[in-house]
Amino acid sequence: MRNEKSTEAIAHAIRSRVFEHTIRNNGGYLSQACSAAEQLAFLYNEGLNLGPSTMPMIPPPFSGVPSADNPDYVTGAGYNGPFDAVHDRLFIAPAHYALVAYACLIEVGRMAPEGLEMFNKDGTSVEMIGAEHSPGMEVHNGTLGIGFSTAAGLAWGRKRLGHTGRVCVFMSDGEVQEGQTWEAVQAAAHHGIDNLWAIMDVNRQQCDGAMDDVMTVGDIATKLRDFGAVVAEVDAHDLSAMRAAAATPHTGRPLIVLAHSRPTQGMESLMSRFPRLHYVRFKSDEERARMNLEIAAELGIAPVKLEAH
Amino acid sequence: MEMVNRPYASAFEAYAVQHPEVLCLSADLTSSCEIDGFRDRHPDQFLSLGMAEQNMLSFAGGLGLAGFRPFLHSFGVFLYRRPYDQLMASIAYPRRRVRLMGFLPGVTTPGGMTHQAIEDISVMRTIPNMTVLEAGDATEVESIVAEADTVDGPVYCRILRGAVPRLFDTPLKIGQMRVLSEGDDVLVITAGITTEEAIRARGALSRAGVSVRHLHLNTLKPFDAAQIVEHAASVRHGVITLENHLVAGGIGSMVAEALAEAGLARRLIRLGLQDTYAHGGSRPYLMRHYGMDALSLVRAVERLTGQTTGIDEAALEGVRIDAVHSLVKAEAL
Repeated sequence: MRNEKSTEAIAHAIRSRVFEHTIRNNGGYLSQACSAAEQLAFLYNEGLNLGPSTMPMIPPPFSGVPSADNPDYVTGAGYNGPFDAVHDRLFIAPAHYALVAYACLIEVGRMAPEGLEMFNKDGTSVEMIGAEHSPGMEVHNGTLGIGFSTAAGLAWGRKRLGHTGRVCVFMSDGEVQEGQTWEAVQAAAHHGIDNLWAIMDVNRQQCDGAMDDVMTVGDIATKLRDFGAVVAEVDAHDLSAMRAAAATPHTGRPLIVLAHSRPTQGMESLMSRFPRLHYVRFKSDEERARMNLEIAAELGIAPVKLEAH
Repeated sequence: MEMVNRPYASAFEAYAVQHPEVLCLSADLTSSCEIDGFRDRHPDQFLSLGMAEQNMLSFAGGLGLAGFRPFLHSFGVFLYRRPYDQLMASIAYPRRRVRLMGFLPGVTTPGGMTHQAIEDISVMRTIPNMTVLEAGDATEVESIVAEADTVDGPVYCRILRGAVPRLFDTPLKIGQMRVLSEGDDVLVITAGITTEEAIRARGALSRAGVSVRHLHLNTLKPFDAAQIVEHAASVRHGVITLENHLVAGGIGSMVAEALAEAGLARRLIRLGLQDTYAHGGSRPYLMRHYGMDALSLVRAVERLTGQTTGIDEAALEGVRIDAVHSLVKAEAL
């Protein structure tokens, strides 16, 4: 697809859209937009070979879970383009990044802005924690650690089938606390699954706070290399570096790009909340009004008209 | 009684080589699950996933997404206890066509608690989209491979290995329970290795004047409640379930639910593990110790009918004793 906007512009628009949504709803996964905006913008706008969306711009309502009685069940993967031999596939492993992923779909023209109005509303597929049927989602990844394993299986299968399309996983660094992640990396390396790669948002944050306080994980790059992956490390907000990292050769092994990010990138006012950044809900009307003004100024956009909501 | 050596090994190989989209996955129990020969002869269709069941389950979900039908081989307990969340998210929810081949069901292992799948039926049958099968003899082990692979969704199978008796001459068909005798005093319902125990008891019970209706189940989900109720309604004294599993959540529970939902008042005795773990030991020892053998069934029949049969161990057909270590399975685990 021809890219109409620059990746930089898309990343900025993701932050702005998630900010507006969070202010209006007095809560949201705001810091994830700060850390991951460039990563998702990069994947959708240039990093992946995706075909055009096969799904409606306005996401369909929830149509039931997979069952033998529900043969028409579809996943949200169609927003990432068709399943065919040549196109890439993407898993969003940390499903709570869904708000950021939906904002990205809007900015790259795969979902209508109205789709975000359905976010976390009963009966819609635009779920708060991205589910299989949510826009941009192909599999359930709600539990951390599952994504890379599933992607490794899909990638092995695609290789066997002779597909040229690759499999990519957007991961979060908290996932390295899960044993399954290490099982998956060693399996992918052992089986030479090199049509598999990942970008990991290394923002050093988790639900309870800063990772170094909750559970120290040490040097992720060294550990991943020891388990058999090829690792590239970049500043997550430096798109030139990310382009180079994604092009790292990794014959016979999976590639994991560690994108070292800041959970307040572009919204430094959020530092007053550190380290409780997992889900930002303002503690008072005063804080909400102040953040509205301060962050809007940092983003260079108009504040949200709160009285209208 | 004809004994068949390693029926799974030959059945799986014969089937898999005809279906290249079938993959053989192993978690370091390759010879224990009788797929070592397959590994050696068909390495391109074999994937070793190591001692890492959580990854194996999700990886298999990914293979299913790519259109393959992976057969996962491990001890049953390792296919659902540790990787339960992966089983849910990566296999059951999206209805991947993954075939979970669970060896060593219940007390068929001297390995004790860590190796004994004693609540697998209970767990698996409550998982939406899951089909649950159990092989009761060599013929069912042989036919379960192809039959499981017809399911459009995930399947969990309780598999017998090593030297397995041949009790039946027709293949396992999903949803078709076997009516092994048509008496009208007591309904006995068994599956897996407990069917052989009930067969051991049936002759003596018949000689003692007790007419037994005996059903063998191989399809535990979907469960044919209507047929169970019909059979239960046709006997005088009540129903006995005998299972290689906890009575809670297993066949005993399923039958109880069926009777209650139909409003059919029949007494029910549930034989099996009674809210307890087992420990390690030989199969005959464990079955006797935990009240899961032929003599336990006879005593339950006496409780149900209120009549003493006079049957003792000597009156029963012989217990088949497998060598703990043999050429068929070098390590009993």
